[in-house]
Amino acid sequence: MSDTHSFESIKKHRNVYIAVFVGLLIGTALTVGMYYVHFSQLWKTITIALIIATIKASLVAAFFMHLSNERRAIYSTLLVTAFFLVAMMYLFIHARTDVPLGTEFRATKQVPHAPAPADK
Amino acid sequence: MDIPYTIKARPDTGLFNAKLGIWLFLASEVMLFGGLFSSYILLRVGSDPGTWPQGLLNIPIGTFNTAVLITSSVTVVLGWSALQMNNFAAYRKYQAVTILCAAAFLVVKCLIEYPEKFTHYEVWMNDGNRMTGHIEGKPYFLTDKKLAARKIESIKFHPDAHHYAKPAAAHDAAAGEAHAAAMEIKTADIKRLSAFVPGHSTYFAIYFTLTALHGLHVLGGGIVIAYLWGPGARLWKTDPQRYINRVEVSGLFWHFVDLVWIFLFPVFYLL
Repeated sequence: MSDTHSFESIKKHRNVYIAVFVGLLIGTALTVGMYYVHFSQLWKTITIALIIATIKASLVAAFFMHLSNERRAIYSTLLVTAFFLVAMMYLFIHARTDVPLGTEFRATKQVPHAPAPADK
Repeated sequence: MDIPYTIKARPDTGLFNAKLGIWLFLASEVMLFGGLFSSYILLRVGSDPGTWPQGLLNIPIGTFNTAVLITSSVTVVLGWSALQMNNFAAYRKYQAVTILCAAAFLVVKCLIEYPEKFTHYEVWMNDGNRMTGHIEGKPYFLTDKKLAARKIESIKFHPDAHHYAKPAAAHDAAAGEAHAAAMEIKTADIKRLSAFVPGHSTYFAIYFTLTALHGLHVLGGGIVIAYLWGPGARLWKTDPQRYINRVEVSGLFWHFVDLVWIFLFPVFYLL
């Protein structure tokens, strides 16, 4: 929210807020409607749902949180946050393929990277 | 002692201090929820086929709560802009709606949705069969161990029409509601009995962790907004710009809470 606002510009913004609100409701209806569409593959459902969610989140961030017109200090903070968020998510997801030696999965009894039996 | 830059912007950042402060706080919140979302992805991707529960949450209730939070978000920003136009009465009306929305969200979550899960069960039979459904009398938190400890020999079970592991269940809107004929199950035939509590599965563990944490944020944000709406509103008379800034900061937090829910809803309820 920028710090200087004229009466007229605030009035104009209010119409934008209402439009965004309607957009968010439509986005929610689309997300729920998509649930009842039977896509052949799960990844299609997940991708579409997350695209709609991202658009909705962007509307909230850009207009309600006024990120479309903010100070550089906030953009810098968010850029650093985004970098560390992506790095953390990568580490989490990478952990799936990099389990410690000898880890045993209860459901499958699979032992990944099990050390080879020692030669006698 | 006067705290500097509560109204005027600092020359170096171009922001008043509380605003930079809330954004730094929100950055830490992004990392908190980001870590939990990463855990969700890891658990989901790592689950064996047919073991990840789907279609067990109440979609109409989730949709209602989504609409409630979206409404509260727009009333927060409309309230703030009403203050900018020096219209305190309109601000009060908008924020009253916000507070009601926060209360409605929490009531639905805590008094309808969670209790519904605490009385909804999955039973694993010794013969390998699995069913979800309700136990006669709708008891809370019953387990196979409690059945044995209380020496209950059998339970009357109302199974759901579908089990989530079967393909049809994921897209069956009535999966949690429709019941097959009631049946008597002997305790001796039960391998495991669990309500839909965090201990049921990794799905419910991450579901309750994320939604309860989000619920706490709704509660915290609601309390702050209610304080500013009520006793904190005295500041409007003595220092209106500082009051507007406080409302703006609380609003930014509230929008973040809404933003988190925008992702939580499809991830848990629909996918």
